[in-house]
Amino acid sequence: MGAVQRPPYRPATGEIDEQTDVGELYVSALLRAQLRPALGMLATLVLGLGGLPLLFVLLPEVSDLRLGPVTLPWLLLGILVYPLLVAAAWWHVRAAERVERDFTDILRRR
Amino acid sequence: MGSWAHIAAVAFVCLATLGVGAIGLRLSRTTSDFYVASRAITPRWNASAIGGEYLSGASFLGVAGLVLAFGTDMLWYPVGYTAGYLVLLVLVAAPLRRSGAYTLPDFAEIRLRSPVVRRAASLLVVGIGWLYLLPQFQGAGLALGTATGAPPWVGALVVAVVVVAGVVAGGMRSITFVQAFQYWLKLTAISLPVVLLLVVWRSDGAPDPAALAPADWAQPLSGTGDHQVYRTYSLLLALLFGTMGLPHVLVRFYTNPDGRAARRTVAVVIGLLGAFYLFPPIYGALGRVYAPDLLASGRTDAVVLLLPERMLGQPWGTLVSALLMAGAFAAFLSTSSGLTVSVAGVLSQDILRGRLHASVPGFRVAAVLAVTLPAALSLVAARRDIADTVGLAFAVAASTFCPLLVLGIWWRRLTQAGALAGLVVGGGTASLAVLLTMTGAVSDGLPAAMLAQPAAWSVPLAFAVMVAVSLATPWTTPSGVTPIMVRLHAPEALDLNRGEARPLLRRGERS
Repeated sequence: MGAVQRPPYRPATGEIDEQTDVGELYVSALLRAQLRPALGMLATLVLGLGGLPLLFVLLPEVSDLRLGPVTLPWLLLGILVYPLLVAAAWWHVRAAERVERDFTDILRRR
Repeated sequence: MGSWAHIAAVAFVCLATLGVGAIGLRLSRTTSDFYVASRAITPRWNASAIGGEYLSGASFLGVAGLVLAFGTDMLWYPVGYTAGYLVLLVLVAAPLRRSGAYTLPDFAEIRLRSPVVRRAASLLVVGIGWLYLLPQFQGAGLALGTATGAPPWVGALVVAVVVVAGVVAGGMRSITFVQAFQYWLKLTAISLPVVLLLVVWRSDGAPDPAALAPADWAQPLSGTGDHQVYRTYSLLLALLFGTMGLPHVLVRFYTNPDGRAARRTVAVVIGLLGAFYLFPPIYGALGRVYAPDLLASGRTDAVVLLLPERMLGQPWGTLVSALLMAGAFAAFLSTSSGLTVSVAGVLSQDILRGRLHASVPGFRVAAVLAVTLPAALSLVAARRDIADTVGLAFAVAASTFCPLLVLGIWWRRLTQAGALAGLVVGGGTASLAVLLTMTGAVSDGLPAAMLAQPAAWSVPLAFAVMVAVSLATPWTTPSGVTPIMVRLHAPEALDLNRGEARPLLRRGERS
């Protein structure tokens, strides 16, 4: 409702507050923009972690590789996974903040 | 002589926890709850506090015990405990903070405006909280028993009394400092001894932990347990998606000033947890060499506490083991306190009636109730590996609150009927699986594996039910979904109408 005959120069935040069609579009666009990096990171995590058991089952000889006293599965699951998780977390924090900054800019520019 | 050092360590941690809590209580009376809750606590402090509360007996003792017993496959536990925060970060962290919810039932009410869904969420918080508390008390009994020969009820009683005293006095909860302190105490206690132990191990010629039978200890998925591939994937799913639904995790988000800070806090938490989890598996591996007798006696959860005395000799062994004892009790106390506050808050707010409803005496009665039942159960329930029982709590959380939060935040068409059906089906089936597993009713074959690790089927089932019933019952869509979506997702910098502001910390007795 109210999408027709709007006065000019209305702030975009007003469209959202009054739940006009345009406002609904803004909200949907924001949700989609936020969901995109989230799902991307989730897929990376599930494939990355979920692939490891598969790797160990399909290629058992991988488990015999050693770096000093540490076997490869231990190196991956006991040590390397943690810095990777931290890096993934910060990468996502940056991505999410960029999405929100862009959305804020778009709404204010109008 | 050895036991005195341990008793002193336990007494120190208990008194420090209560003492700092009491100081905090005096401060929080002179400072308004509003101020305490809403001031900008930096992500770094907040993250230390979350780490302090989250690293439980399962992390401090349980992970090493499982690694000792079952080998490399058990490394998935700490990986899952940490990666669960990454899932929480990408899917729910900022929207949960922006929702203004203080508890999971609060979120259910804000999003769905349904007292029935709120009530279902409350029952689940109590159930998951009790399931998570149970192994903390068992672990405390085991730890104190290992060091002093005391019967198991002594350790459980110590933790129960300190937790109730702290929570009833109201001083333990909102004090970020106490919890942050406990993280750093736990990290120190678990990491310093490792250096000494590894030096001794090297000077012994670095014996290979994998040399002891069964030889496939170091091989992942080598078939020591049945259906190990299914169990590994199901466990991973439970830990990844269960973390967001733990009752004591959400409360801490409230002290973040905004959604952006909430995300940054979680990112720091992942770093802190990762740093901690580098160490417990090392105790498990060294245990293969220096404490293989624990495998036969089934007391593998004690390996962290026993290794120093066996490897270092006197007096260093006793001192180092007393430090580990302090860390273990910090773990039991901090996690139990956080859970007790969450469970007691929900009991007094949503379940107790009459004079006890949402009042300060009601909260105190609820705190006693919240602790007594799991503490008593811990004495009669069959002893299982600590981290294993905690894993069941994750599975129930992943089958209930995960779909509620994820669909509630990202899907506008979630309805009241759909949410309720999903909680009932997910919570019902996962709880049944837990009961059948803990009573040992089904003990072998694929059914036993599916009940011991229910997440692989119960989480998709809960999601499917929630979506299907929502699509079938569009007339139970809660009113005003769009403003709620704006509130959950819009950056704070935008000047938008976010619906009615809820009173901050409306339960004053909690802070």
